[in-house]
Amino acid sequence: MKTTTQTMNRVKTLKIDDRDVSGSEHQTILDVARENDIFIPTLCHIDGLSDIGACRLCVVEIKGSGKLVPACATEIQEGMEVFTQTEALAKYRKLILEMLFTEGNHICSVCVSNGHCELQYLAARLGVDHVHLPYLHQQRTVDASHERFIVDHNRCILCTRCVRVCDEIEGAHTWDVTGRGTKARVITDLNQPWGTSETCTGCSKCVHICPTGALVEKGKSVAEMSKRREFLPYLTSMREKNNG
Amino acid sequence: MISEELQRIGSTTQDEEDRFEHQILVCKGTACISAHSEQVEDALKAELEHQGLHTQCRVKGVGCPGLCAAATLITVQPEGRLYKEVQPEDAAEIVASIKSKAVQRLSIPTNVPFFQRQRKLVLENSGVVDPEEINDYVARGGYNSLISALTEMSPAEVITEITKSGLRGRGGAGYLTGLKWSTVSKAGGAHKYVICNADEGDPGAFMDRSVMESDPHRIIEGMTIAAFAVGADQGYIYVRAEYPLAVKRLQAAIRQAGKLGVLGNSIAGTTFSFNIEVRLGAGAFVCGEETALMASIEGKRGTPRPRPPYPAEHGLWGYPTLLNNVETFANIPVIIREGSEAFAQIGTEKSKGTKVFALTGCVNNSGLIEVPMGITLREIIYDIGGGIPNDRPFKALQTGGPSGGCIPKEYLDTPIDYESLMQLGSIMGSGGMIVMDDTSCMVDVAKYFMKFSMLESCGKCIPCRVGTTQMHNLLDKISQGRATLDDLALLEELCEMVKRTSLCGLGQSAPNPVLSTLRFFRDEYLMHVVEKVCPAGVCKIHHEEVTHS
Amino acid sequence: MLKTKSKSLPLPSDDRRWQLVNATMRRHGYEADALIEVLHSVQSAFGYLDRDAIQFVARSLRVPLSRAYGVATFYEHFTMKPKGAHTCVVCMGTACYIKGTPAILNGIETSLSIHEGETTADSKVSLLSARCLGACGMAPAAVFDGEMVGKLSTEDAVARVERWTTE
Repeated sequence: MKTTTQTMNRVKTLKIDDRDVSGSEHQTILDVARENDIFIPTLCHIDGLSDIGACRLCVVEIKGSGKLVPACATEIQEGMEVFTQTEALAKYRKLILEMLFTEGNHICSVCVSNGHCELQYLAARLGVDHVHLPYLHQQRTVDASHERFIVDHNRCILCTRCVRVCDEIEGAHTWDVTGRGTKARVITDLNQPWGTSETCTGCSKCVHICPTGALVEKGKSVAEMSKRREFLPYLTSMREKNNG
Repeated sequence: MISEELQRIGSTTQDEEDRFEHQILVCKGTACISAHSEQVEDALKAELEHQGLHTQCRVKGVGCPGLCAAATLITVQPEGRLYKEVQPEDAAEIVASIKSKAVQRLSIPTNVPFFQRQRKLVLENSGVVDPEEINDYVARGGYNSLISALTEMSPAEVITEITKSGLRGRGGAGYLTGLKWSTVSKAGGAHKYVICNADEGDPGAFMDRSVMESDPHRIIEGMTIAAFAVGADQGYIYVRAEYPLAVKRLQAAIRQAGKLGVLGNSIAGTTFSFNIEVRLGAGAFVCGEETALMASIEGKRGTPRPRPPYPAEHGLWGYPTLLNNVETFANIPVIIREGSEAFAQIGTEKSKGTKVFALTGCVNNSGLIEVPMGITLREIIYDIGGGIPNDRPFKALQTGGPSGGCIPKEYLDTPIDYESLMQLGSIMGSGGMIVMDDTSCMVDVAKYFMKFSMLESCGKCIPCRVGTTQMHNLLDKISQGRATLDDLALLEELCEMVKRTSLCGLGQSAPNPVLSTLRFFRDEYLMHVVEKVCPAGVCKIHHEEVTHS
Repeated sequence: MLKTKSKSLPLPSDDRRWQLVNATMRRHGYEADALIEVLHSVQSAFGYLDRDAIQFVARSLRVPLSRAYGVATFYEHFTMKPKGAHTCVVCMGTACYIKGTPAILNGIETSLSIHEGETTADSKVSLLSARCLGACGMAPAAVFDGEMVGKLSTEDAVARVERWTTE
């Protein structure tokens, strides 16, 4: 690899899908790709929250490295050559989405988030026209104990955006994850009905940040639950300013 | 001066030992304790008293001499008589024989390949020193390496020495230890940490447990030398909660080392200070992965995070952190004492030194062994291991646990090193070696490991969380004789995808047992799928019954 | 590291075992990173973890409730169910597996009419399995009330647990 003195001025140049692009130090591959209108699918990532690299939809290939890396959690390097749309990646991403469909119980036609769901959108966009993996048919529950919200674990993909927004932005840390493997679930407080949570402020950030119909407002009918996310970048930047 | 103090302790301990013409060493490792070695020890002491020999012979508790299947093991010194399966009732006969001929019915010959083909560096003190007594370790030259590193070498010189030795991480992946140390030493930070990974999670592996139980001071010494080299001030030993004896001995050893002044503030009168704390795991295989392990030390769910940033730069609580496993640290005092050149003469071109293996399964001599790198699998199984019970045919050697694979008989002459095992679709791993004969079914073995990975998947990333469950279900279907060739193709597709896209090493290596058995024993899979037969007779095949309803 | 001095919260009851738990927390300066150590101490004092205990520990260490619950349920070693008077842990490590612990486990399950992970209705015996006890040299192995037994036969294992049930 060529080393240049350019690293000093904190601007880095790289190639994404054979296009010359640049970004500043500490930007991720995903940041730079999006600035350049290069589409990389994501589910667990959302601007304004910490990145965990968990859904693996955004994995990309780096020339010269055998390993795939998550674009959301990998900083750009000078001279790096990134490939976001290879045949293998397309296959893996479809399989990841298929896995989610087999793990939960997603029935779009009766879902309040039908038409506003990120899982549904990505499946359509990436061409998941059928699921060839066997369904796991897991028993999952619905908790409607909160006066305004519902959590439907059948539709949860464990992206933990709710956990992070509650901890990092609202500061309540009402949500977390219990168990492990396919038995893992998001929980409120001591795995108790949401309506009995002592720490929940009822701010609804988790509901609006949820990519699917797992967290929704009560009283919505099929396809009525659209979500508002505009608050997040604003809140994040204000917090950073206040802390910085 | 501390070095004189060590010398004084060493010679006093030696004098004390020399007062006795004979010593009986009783193994007090987990295996022997479970075979009542503590009662054997008491019986021997009582018997010496009874026969009036207690002034000429003493009984000492020691760590594991290796042949765990023959517990309780005792050694009579200086003759070097080794006895197996000793019961408290045998004490009288053994004591009476001290001045005459060995007790034949209990003897194990020591001039056999099991002992002669081994090369003990890491285990040099195992079965020799009393693990609960720091003076015994000091008498065998213990802590001299630390003192000479602290007083005669600079941190950079220590790192150079480790680099030149060619030592590679014994936890599995085989990363160059010197390079890792060098990266941590160069990282800036107000604090630095050294962590010993003692979360030995591979089923079928107990090397680290044995080292901790038999020679805990060696680990402390290795960690302290590492801390000096990289500039760390705090250390943690992350031990499985399933190893209570190891935890107890480590904690006692830390206290003793602190008292002697080889651990704690201003070690050996220098400005270097280093403390060690034991942290208990709580039963999560994924915590063997370094970022998950650090999360667990921080009191969190042990889920891994993407690397980079690597722990060497951004580790425990965000500070630069050096992580090595038990066996890696246990090698350090030897390298400093003997010098990197002597160490590098052992082993192969790219894999230096020795490796400790837990040799188990269908093998006559099962137990803990230490061999030079480059020895062949055949020598391990047939010379050291003494072959397979009842002369049954060898089928496969499993190495690397749920991250490794099954090696068939065609490759028995492979010399062991990191690269050769990787080429065979397995890995060195931490050192579990399970011999399987023709009574094991390879589909069943693959299913066994996949179930393990499925239950241990932390659930953070989708490919591992859902993929291990899907792969397990497919293997289950195959083992029941209900699968089609399409299912087999789907299994292979999932193996590749999970390997390539999972977040951490657990997921990335979970398909290995399937891939390696598919590579070498594809016929067996086809027998289950096409013929609906399990050749080894292990799987319960559900034959489709015609139902009349 | 600098440990902030904290005061202990009122103990949940005057059960003396809480003092042991509190001592562990004090030793760690009531730092959040001691959560797992403290849960170990609760479990060794009481035999299992319940919500009240998790809540007390979480509040004392100032750890969010959901995080404490998440940690308690992540690790296999922690149990939320009270154990029976006696415990049998059958090793399912590779060496034990190929030497027959599945049959041993099966035998005990049949004899006690419970599954692995369960406790008999009379609370006398809990049956557990372990991923590896590290006693591979003496496979097949199991632990009966803390005592490791190697080279175990199904008959011997069943006899041992049946002795407990008839006490």
